[in-house]
Amino acid sequence: MADITLNVNGSARQVTAAEDEPLLWVLRNRLNLTGTKYGCGEGQCGACTVLIDGRPTRSCLTPASAVTGVKVVTIEGLEERGALTPVQQAFLDEDAMQCGYCTSGMILAATALLRDHPHPSEDQVLEAMNGNVCRCGTYPRILAAIRRASGERESAYARG
Amino acid sequence: MPVDDLTTEANLHTIRDRVRAFELDRREFLRLCSGGLLVCLASPAGAQESGRAGRGSHRLPQEVSAWIHIDADGRVTVFTGKVEIGQNIRTSLAQSVAEELRVDFDAISMVMGDTDLTPWDMGTFGSRSTPTMGPQLRNMAVAARQMLLETAAQRWNVDAAGLVAAGGKVTNPKTGEALAYGAITRGEMLVGTVNGDPPLTPATDWQIAGTAVPKVRGRDFVTGKHIYPSDVVRPGMLFGKVLRPSGFNATLVSADTAEAEKVPGVQVVRDGAFIGVVAADVWTAETALAKIQAKWSVPQQISSQDLFAALQKGAGDDIPTSGSPSVSAALTSAEVKLAGQYTIAYIAHAPLEPRAAVAEWADGKLTVWTGTQRPFGVRDDLMHAFRLAEDHVRVVMPDMGSGYGGKHTGECAIEAARLAKSAGKPVKLIWTREEEFTWAYFRPAGIIEIRSGARRDGTLVAWEHHNYNSGPSSVNTPYTVPNPVTQYHEWASPPLAQGSYRGLASTANHFARETHMDELAHELGMDPLAFRLKNISDPRLAAVFHAAAERFGWGRQKSTVQRGFGIAGGTEKGGYTAACAEVEVDAGGKVHIRRVVQAWESGAIVNPDGLRNQVMGAIVQAIGGALFESIQFANGQVTNAHFADYRVPRFRDTPEVEVVLLDRKDLPSAGAGETGIVALAPAVGNAIFAATGKRLRSMPMAAGEISS
Repeated sequence: MADITLNVNGSARQVTAAEDEPLLWVLRNRLNLTGTKYGCGEGQCGACTVLIDGRPTRSCLTPASAVTGVKVVTIEGLEERGALTPVQQAFLDEDAMQCGYCTSGMILAATALLRDHPHPSEDQVLEAMNGNVCRCGTYPRILAAIRRASGERESAYARG
Repeated sequence: MPVDDLTTEANLHTIRDRVRAFELDRREFLRLCSGGLLVCLASPAGAQESGRAGRGSHRLPQEVSAWIHIDADGRVTVFTGKVEIGQNIRTSLAQSVAEELRVDFDAISMVMGDTDLTPWDMGTFGSRSTPTMGPQLRNMAVAARQMLLETAAQRWNVDAAGLVAAGGKVTNPKTGEALAYGAITRGEMLVGTVNGDPPLTPATDWQIAGTAVPKVRGRDFVTGKHIYPSDVVRPGMLFGKVLRPSGFNATLVSADTAEAEKVPGVQVVRDGAFIGVVAADVWTAETALAKIQAKWSVPQQISSQDLFAALQKGAGDDIPTSGSPSVSAALTSAEVKLAGQYTIAYIAHAPLEPRAAVAEWADGKLTVWTGTQRPFGVRDDLMHAFRLAEDHVRVVMPDMGSGYGGKHTGECAIEAARLAKSAGKPVKLIWTREEEFTWAYFRPAGIIEIRSGARRDGTLVAWEHHNYNSGPSSVNTPYTVPNPVTQYHEWASPPLAQGSYRGLASTANHFARETHMDELAHELGMDPLAFRLKNISDPRLAAVFHAAAERFGWGRQKSTVQRGFGIAGGTEKGGYTAACAEVEVDAGGKVHIRRVVQAWESGAIVNPDGLRNQVMGAIVQAIGGALFESIQFANGQVTNAHFADYRVPRFRDTPEVEVVLLDRKDLPSAGAGETGIVALAPAVGNAIFAATGKRLRSMPMAAGEISS
């Protein structure tokens, strides 16, 4: 066990965890930030996506001890003064979810995409999002939400 | 907690979280919840019918109070054993109650899938929530509204027929007097019998039902606040892990747990062949589990390569190889005859949230929060496993991370409960992805054989359809043909655990039938749509084919070597659907589904946005089974139990999808969670044929690439 100081959602958080304990379990089980989800533990589904210094990162494959001195942002850290970000609002407006279990990871991946590319091409969107799985099949609505958040109301995808 | 706080909570869906802190029984809960509780005995015909439909000795309660209560502030709590798994039923059922009770949608909160609080329910499957729970709750709401009108009438000493219930209050239009529902029920137990069978509001008059009300508490899903089963936390909770056998049907030879027990803070739990560990954190539990040295004896078992040969042998014995004599006779009048064999692989549900449970024992009573489509079924499982009385087990189902028919069973709940019993503390157990892929159950594989005959003008004259193992759902053809023979044949000893799946065998049987119909159309030299329409007498089925074809522009473009168009459709569980697909096969033989238009009709639409979402999602999910999902197994092990090896549909696989909804306000609402999945695979296969001339008769169709 090691004492680890993390910067999560703008706050310094002290935890005691094994050196190799994944950030995912530290967030969920030690900091009670359960918005970050376990989907596969293998970096294949994106449900556990968090932002580390702004980059979308699979928290299931990232040891918590490796992310000291950087900024970790989880889904719980996106709202500012109770206001949803444009990406969160767009997911809500497009009803871009069914069970919603993938939604945290989708929103964080899309948030990073739109910061790097405020008006992404279709291929940039697919490239950024393809690692995130939605088993309910809401991809067309998620794509519509990303378009909406980027300020483009006209979506290449019909509102299926 | 003061009553006011609890009643405030009653309008929120976190109600169950608060209630469980008290370990209340239902009567206590109702007492705390309600300044004034509406209780009336209703005898609407619909309720009795639903009661009889219950399985075994379960008779659904006929008191309105079991389903609906209204507190002093007019807030309405609805109780149902149905569960929310992403299909949006929490929202659509609330719409139906708000509609019949004449209250604002926001006045309703739903308590769902809690065996201590809600009436018994068989489970959330089979697309039954909308057609059975919908009318059940609507009947109860109508009865409650009638009671409110009659009570207000007594108070004002007027005839109830002259009063109006709307917006959560009863108004007398003549005097302008008004009483809010909460004021009518306050401080009184209203007991009475509703006479007759008050009519339900026709869909043409709906104000709240039939509209695109947004998902309730949608904001919690975009902020990470929603609590899924795997997110539940209890005071002092530990984390569990369970040792898995090295293969199916294995027996434990030996297990050395000494090294695991040396890990600080770890407790090993052994009960026969059940071995698990608990620790204060999940990483320590995983580390300890890996230190257990176990030897298993695994019997020799068939592999996926041998599957269809074994299936043919195991399930096909009762079939005369020549087929049914009556169909043979009918075939003598056929000018075109065809026979085909189709196969479907085992696939996994792979819900993104794996099985999860938190189990807690207190004073001999077991409470388990778990993700399941059958909370009452899991309660029965737990009662059986631990020899407990019904009132000593409570199962609570927080809205979970989907199921698709894959979470009917209670293994994870039982395992968590067993660990918690030894640990003396609450235990959380979340299955790994590999466990979910291996130790859950699968959509059954199957072989389907069809032979058919038609006259040159396209009239079907003979039809015989045998399904081996995959299931009977949709085994019957919806096309008009005299004396068809359709049969399902069980396989007594399948190699994998088989169970429910979205649409059940309907996908397999539609794939076989709609592919076969396409083959027949090509043999006859007819347009596949025209051939189908010639043999359809059900106007609802014809309507979805027309609607899909029209929006798609069917027939406007001819298929080419690169680009093919396919059509397929059918009906199941009261839903009608037809899909048109445009498919591109690139130079490397890779299949790209470019565009799908699917028409859907399931009676009166309760929530068009939720319905559109369900049908669209079913289309996208169907791509996996159609093109690449397949469980591989050998020697009692699943060999592709990871998302890296088991390919599911992703963003890049997603075509342009358009859903055309037909709203039949004159027909009862049917369920829509499942049947939207059935048309995609045959429509895509038929499109691949149109482009390449290659007929694909096995799902998945493009696990490799299409060879030219």
